[in-house]
Amino acid sequence: MINWLANPARFMRLSGWALRWCAWAAVAVLAVGLYLSLVAAPPDYQQGESVRIMFIHVPAAWMALSVYLFIAVASAVALVWRHPLAEIAARAAAPIGAAFTFVCLATGSLWGRPMWGAWWVWDARLTSVLILLFLYLGYIALVNAFDDPSRGGRAGSVLALVGVVNLPIIKFSVDWWNTLHQPASVMRVGGPRIDISLLVPLLVMAAGFSLLFLTLLMLRMRTILNERKAMALRLNAGTAPAARSVRERAAPVHPAVP
Amino acid sequence: MGGIGAFLAMGGYAGFVWPAYGVAFVVLAGLAAHSAWRYRQSAVTLDRLQQAHGAKR
Repeated sequence: MINWLANPARFMRLSGWALRWCAWAAVAVLAVGLYLSLVAAPPDYQQGESVRIMFIHVPAAWMALSVYLFIAVASAVALVWRHPLAEIAARAAAPIGAAFTFVCLATGSLWGRPMWGAWWVWDARLTSVLILLFLYLGYIALVNAFDDPSRGGRAGSVLALVGVVNLPIIKFSVDWWNTLHQPASVMRVGGPRIDISLLVPLLVMAAGFSLLFLTLLMLRMRTILNERKAMALRLNAGTAPAARSVRERAAPVHPAVP
Repeated sequence: MGGIGAFLAMGGYAGFVWPAYGVAFVVLAGLAAHSAWRYRQSAVTLDRLQQAHGAKR
């Protein structure tokens, strides 16, 4: 499947169709998710209505981690197999991951203020997620710092792979250190420990965010492919006049004067 | 009317819940709009270059 998609022309054809489908699905699922989160879900017995921030914060955090993992896997594929689309996929995903990480931090701050009494604390979970945001920004800066996209891609891939060490630190930070942040209540051994009335909106929002990620990923990958093709055409056009003038000199267009 | 008012008040947490949803919306919708705009630009540019390229041949 991955090898079959490796052909950029085939990717362009297939993604044009999949993109539209994904975009509508994302809009529909997010609309349902927002209704469930803001209206249908009951207020928490301790946190009251402020618990509704969770339906944005937690799925955004899941996306922040999984998009980074996606970039790391794509980078490994790009480095090892030179898969033509892997580097483009990683590059396209990075701003989306950074956006989700920022949303996670901002909503966490807005939730922390009423619940903890602080906008921000330098505990292990919050700090490691902030480092994740910097990893995303560093990756984006690095891949765009080279005129030759393939060199930028390779440097970025190495950075992305080194940064993977941060993912288990984020995931287990709440178990390894004493943090203000609560431990996992959904993705834990022994199943979720959260009421079904709160779990359903959470999962629907997570599905909506995932569809949004897929939509934007395909859109941005198509953009990069278009830009690369345009760059190749410009390079060709840049050499073409020189080649033509050489040809013209060799065989003058006006052979009037003997 | 009281229903809407109570909904907007968010049990006293309006100042935290609505900004949280607002930030998420602005960031994600902004990214989507920017991505769509860049895609349109790239398609237009490529189209123009391809036409210019085709015309020369």
